[in-house]
Amino acid sequence: MLSNLDPVILARIQFAFTVSFHIVFPAFTIGLASWLAVVEWRYLKTGKDVYQEIYRMWVKIFAVTFGMGVVSGLVMSYQFGTNWSVFSDKAGNVLGPLLGYEVLTAFFLEASFLGVMLFGWNRVSPKMHFASTVIVAFGTLLSSFWILAANSWMQTPQGYRVGDYGLFYPTNWLEVVFNPSFPYRFAHMVLAAYLTTAFVVGGIGAYYLWRKQHVKHARVMFGMAMLMAVFVAPLQPIIGDLHGLNTLEHQPAKVAAMEGLWETQRGAPLKLFGWPDQEQEKTKYALEIPNLSSLILTHELDGEVKGLKEWSRDDRPPVAWVFWTFRIMVGIGMLMVATGVAAVVLYFRKKLFDTRWFQLWCMALTPAGFISVLAGWFVTEMGRQPYIVYEALRTSDTVSPVIGPNIALSLLAFIVTYTFVFGAGSYYILRLIGKGPGASEKAYGDHGVKAPPLVTDLGAETGGGKNV
Amino acid sequence: MFSFASFLDLPLIWYGLIMTAMFLYVILDGFDLGVGILFPFAPSDKCRDRMMNSIAPFWDGNETWLILGGGGLFAAFPLAYAIVMPALYIPVILMLLGLIFRGVAFEFRFKAAGKSRKIWDVAFHFGSLGAAFMQGMILGGFVQGIEVDGRSFAGNPLDWLSAFSVMTGLALVCGYALLGSTWLIMKTEDATQDWARKCAAYVLTFVAIFMGLVSLSMPFLNADIKNLWFSLPNFFMLLPMPLLSAGLLVLLWRDLSTRREYRPFFLSLGLFFMNYVGLGISMWPWLVPFAVTFRQAAAAPESQSLLLIGTVVMLPLVLAYTAFCYYIFRGKTSHEATY
Repeated sequence: MLSNLDPVILARIQFAFTVSFHIVFPAFTIGLASWLAVVEWRYLKTGKDVYQEIYRMWVKIFAVTFGMGVVSGLVMSYQFGTNWSVFSDKAGNVLGPLLGYEVLTAFFLEASFLGVMLFGWNRVSPKMHFASTVIVAFGTLLSSFWILAANSWMQTPQGYRVGDYGLFYPTNWLEVVFNPSFPYRFAHMVLAAYLTTAFVVGGIGAYYLWRKQHVKHARVMFGMAMLMAVFVAPLQPIIGDLHGLNTLEHQPAKVAAMEGLWETQRGAPLKLFGWPDQEQEKTKYALEIPNLSSLILTHELDGEVKGLKEWSRDDRPPVAWVFWTFRIMVGIGMLMVATGVAAVVLYFRKKLFDTRWFQLWCMALTPAGFISVLAGWFVTEMGRQPYIVYEALRTSDTVSPVIGPNIALSLLAFIVTYTFVFGAGSYYILRLIGKGPGASEKAYGDHGVKAPPLVTDLGAETGGGKNV
Repeated sequence: MFSFASFLDLPLIWYGLIMTAMFLYVILDGFDLGVGILFPFAPSDKCRDRMMNSIAPFWDGNETWLILGGGGLFAAFPLAYAIVMPALYIPVILMLLGLIFRGVAFEFRFKAAGKSRKIWDVAFHFGSLGAAFMQGMILGGFVQGIEVDGRSFAGNPLDWLSAFSVMTGLALVCGYALLGSTWLIMKTEDATQDWARKCAAYVLTFVAIFMGLVSLSMPFLNADIKNLWFSLPNFFMLLPMPLLSAGLLVLLWRDLSTRREYRPFFLSLGLFFMNYVGLGISMWPWLVPFAVTFRQAAAAPESQSLLLIGTVVMLPLVLAYTAFCYYIFRGKTSHEATY
């Protein structure tokens, strides 16, 4: 039975599994690093302990998340070779340097200065420590820049030619990096990461407010998160819309799948819900709003929108996946905008910090960003199928010469490991949240790795010692 | 479209850079994997805390060299990356899983209390041990040659598994344990340091044995390697290499019975360097032994050129702030909770 396993499907499931797990961590750390930089800046500026205590609580959560991001990311850098070796061979000339730049410019920066951020309190000046936080935050953004450039090139490839053995060769690097979908995808993802973090921080702030714990800290967390919900959440649908229009121009099949639209038509309706059936080539049980799809996509009531039947059956993405994950993403985005609106109303009624139902609402939305980010990536990656490089290279032609059972076993190993390891990580993060910001901790106290002048007063390792 | 191919030997430069990155990975992650290998044998929990703290600020940066190794190979020699990874599929995946367990153990262990801390002690040890052993097997599987047809791996999924690769696996575990124990001699004091010194002396014996075994078995793997080392005048030109290694071994052995704190670590690095260079000479010019040379595997000159600009600018910076971080965390480590 094992020998009948299809390596392509298995390799795709494995990649989807490992990359989905991975993206959760950067989606959180990108926002968290920037936010921590703001918090530390507030601390240096105002000298208020509350900021420093918030920083100390969240930097621990950041460390756990970042650690999980590093190890799950390490897996990704080898998966291109282990599972998609033909793709690596063919696209290596174009994508290799982009990933190389990511490691060189971002990963080392993050990894090195994270050490200072975590362990350097009493070793470097407060300003240097703040600089480290800013550098780490900058590193996370640089990393997104390169990896999204690489991904966007796979979506909307340009600046290349195809040479011997079907290898891609770069002809213009600026065109490769700044390919048509890149600016939109980059803006969309960074905003998504910021919103993800904001709703986690806001949700936890709401939890403390609800339980009337750590109220001083909770007001800061909740207040800052609501600022993001008010000012950033409404930007996301605008960027998303621009991204969608860009997709319509360059990857119309993906948009047709998002809309569940089979026939090319003028005045296409917006299908709110429905069940796209790939076999029968129609979207069943559709709940439609007339002409809205045309209005959104062409900005004209009777604009023409291409349907999936324009493409042969083999060239269509899996419609139901794209259709539904798109709705999950947009739905959560709308909930986030609604949160911002509610926050404004409550703020002007001077009830922002003590409205019980709103605290419960924000607590419920704590994981919203993660789900939305994952759903969005499913839309864009599934929507690119059956191609790995859009209209240039098919996914099924790029798999490694590795036998099905090996991929199945390694997939199983990844599932078991990730469930255990990242389950434990989530547990520790929840515990850190349960503990809350510890008011007793001193600003620049003793943090384990001792400064050189203190060497002499160290206790013995075997029992006793004054450090016990 | 720019390319430096007209005046630079790009494949050679990149071969050198990748080999350098790999070497930096081996010695940097080597000592912290080594600490993980020795972890359960430490005399007390406090001692273990201290061991962990001595590497906690660095492991992340150290592991990044492995990402650079993978990413760099993909960028500069995509064909080699595309052949080697499927060929070494199983040990690569197992290595990654090992690295996951030990990587998260750093963070989790500090957060865990009581019994659950033990779970992460175990994860840290076996993760480190497994990753080190798999890296050794990857090296062995690589050195003994990879079967290639056209532009892809054409061998059996278990080709890498052999007596030779098991031996290189064990050899690397011992080598990393030596790096780890000499690192601890440098970064700790009192009971931990005394224990580390004993460990170093113990594993040094095995390192010496394995160095001999691997060196002796290499010429039997491939006739070219045998010719390279045992034909005249090569034999005499290369003779300083084994002699220097032997000298380093003796020096290290003597240092371990003195109170020296820094030199043993740097002597261990020297030993790794000699072995690495020896291996490099044997493997020249293969990037997928004995099928694809580094010139055949090279990416397009435009690709190698673009990344070279970034490397020339970034690598010195990376080295500078890596050194800066080691400087910030200089001196002896305590066992107290970290941050």
